[in-house]
Amino acid sequence: MFGYTVEEVGNIMVMQGFSGLSLFSVLLLMALGLAIIFGQMGVINMAHGEFMTVGAYTTVFLSKLAVEYDIVKSYFVFAIIAAFIIAFVLGYLIEYMMIRHLYKRPLDTLLATWGLSLVMQQVFRSTFGAKEVSAELPEWLLGSFQPTEGIDIPINGVFVMALALIVTVSVYLYMFRSRGGLRVRATMQNRVMAGAVGINTKQVDRVTFALGCGIAGVAGAAFTTIASTGPTTGSLYIVDSFMVVVFGGAASLMGTIASAFGIAQAQSILQFFMTSSMGKVATLMTIVIILMMRPEGLFAAKVRK
Amino acid sequence: MNALSEKLLGGKQGAIHLAILAVLLLVILPLCLDLFRLGLVGKYVTYAFVAISLVLLWGNGGVLSLGQGMFFGLGGYCMAMFLKLEASDPISTKIQTTPGIPDFMDWNQIVELPWFWEPFKSLPLTLLLVLGVPVLLAFIIGMAMFTRRVGGVYFSIITQAIALILSILIVGQQGYTGGVNGITDLKTLSGWDIRTDSAKYWLYFVNASLLILCIMLSRFILTSKFGMLLLAMRDKEERVRFSGYDVASFKIFIFCVAAMISAVGGAMFTLQIGFMSPSFVGIVPSIEMVIFAAVGGRISLIGAVYGTLLVNFGKTMFSETYPELWLFLMGGLFIAVVMFFPEGLAGLYEKYAPYFSITSLHTRWLKKVQKVSGES
Repeated sequence: MFGYTVEEVGNIMVMQGFSGLSLFSVLLLMALGLAIIFGQMGVINMAHGEFMTVGAYTTVFLSKLAVEYDIVKSYFVFAIIAAFIIAFVLGYLIEYMMIRHLYKRPLDTLLATWGLSLVMQQVFRSTFGAKEVSAELPEWLLGSFQPTEGIDIPINGVFVMALALIVTVSVYLYMFRSRGGLRVRATMQNRVMAGAVGINTKQVDRVTFALGCGIAGVAGAAFTTIASTGPTTGSLYIVDSFMVVVFGGAASLMGTIASAFGIAQAQSILQFFMTSSMGKVATLMTIVIILMMRPEGLFAAKVRK
Repeated sequence: MNALSEKLLGGKQGAIHLAILAVLLLVILPLCLDLFRLGLVGKYVTYAFVAISLVLLWGNGGVLSLGQGMFFGLGGYCMAMFLKLEASDPISTKIQTTPGIPDFMDWNQIVELPWFWEPFKSLPLTLLLVLGVPVLLAFIIGMAMFTRRVGGVYFSIITQAIALILSILIVGQQGYTGGVNGITDLKTLSGWDIRTDSAKYWLYFVNASLLILCIMLSRFILTSKFGMLLLAMRDKEERVRFSGYDVASFKIFIFCVAAMISAVGGAMFTLQIGFMSPSFVGIVPSIEMVIFAAVGGRISLIGAVYGTLLVNFGKTMFSETYPELWLFLMGGLFIAVVMFFPEGLAGLYEKYAPYFSITSLHTRWLKKVQKVSGES
């Protein structure tokens, strides 16, 4: 097969599969936020990638501080929390100022948030410069381990995956095992009725939007461990994450996870055997064709419309 | 006959507005601007084709395509492929390893003209494909999506993804498409040098006239019974469906028309500017073209043209002097238009024009005179 021995193909599959897992983690974190927002309010947030960049820049900034005060070993946990909080607050403000006026016009929300993403990109460029920057990583995140001869597994990939796992479980617990999540799901299913039983649906919308943005911030923090950050970093992932959400079936947590996994794996494995651009084309094309045949996505929520 | 002209021009008011636009594009701007600036206007006018296609599709049909750039690009590429083949005849490319094929193919070690380039050796076939390829793509996308009742945001996202796929494909397949540089060094159209001054004037006028024709065609569609149904579908799709109309086929039709109009713009772009590149195909140009239509007023065909001209003049001016400010301005424009002026320029005009019309000025003047004479 392509001039490789069977064993080599096996190793390549494992390593590419693993690099696919890092991509999967970042995509999953991005898509979780988007899926919550889209499933809840039917709003398309084109600036979602920029919220991820906010998280990434927060981490980079904190890492510079950490170097100065010599706490590189332990700052990363705080960076993740800070990235979440800053993106959350920003999302809360944006919802209050912009999104809530546009709920009845989803297509217009799409354009307005695209405008927002342009403004945010320029803000990043003016404050942090056009060059890509990277965070100082603590030592325990660097390096790799070798389970067998010929297979290298980078530790930062494992870390990002663990983070994605923790966030996914937290989102699950929040959505399905808490009062707040109950309110969110109630509003999602029937807004008018939820309002009638005393849920402040506007407040729920605001918190949900902010939460989605906050998770994007965590995605940004995770992203700094595998690549460097530039003003347009977020926009590179936005179409992919939309595809994840739409492909998985909006408002379905399982669907989002499954489609993030499928898309990330397909991309990284295909990119090894074809050129990088053709791998991406093949993946996206497959998704579009499947979506054309099955518009409701892989795991459609079973609700009557 | 009268009814036809009524439909094409959109009544007396519509005829006046169209005439003003025609005079501006065909007389005033060519007289006032030097050839370089006029060339810029010509470029903006090609974008205006996309803007009016979006007025049809989005403003009146309620379907927002974020992939109009790909139809513009496909039209442009079809035209560029013909011009490129003509520019790379065996004599002028004799220094290549394989003479007679485009230079970028030679650089990429391709020794034979790929099959899909063959039809572009003939001009009539090319003109057919300029319109045919985008319409076919639109038909396939429309068939797949509208018959399954995919609409709204889903449609926007998927068209955006398709535009992304196409632009990655063009950039990636350098040997067949010219890659990121696009197709450049275009010289003649059937022996007619398109780079001379007189050719540039000719192309400008052909371009502007085609735009006026496209506006009339769109008017005709919108004022017909079909246009009424389109509006009804935008506002209450279910009711139209329950009344027994086949909503999907109407949407497919308008999507194909919009693709065709955009493709005309793309082909004229190639002829006037002399190249075509993937930077007009992807996500960013496609969504920028939406803002042209939105600034002009998404339901007004003529407003869309003014919107395109205005935004692009702004872009050229600002990105020459304050390139950093431009993105802020562009982003702000998106937000402001959507939040505060959803009707765009046309909406502002509708609101304030009666105030400045001759009859209203006259009555106000009369009142003033009466008031003054009453006081004295």
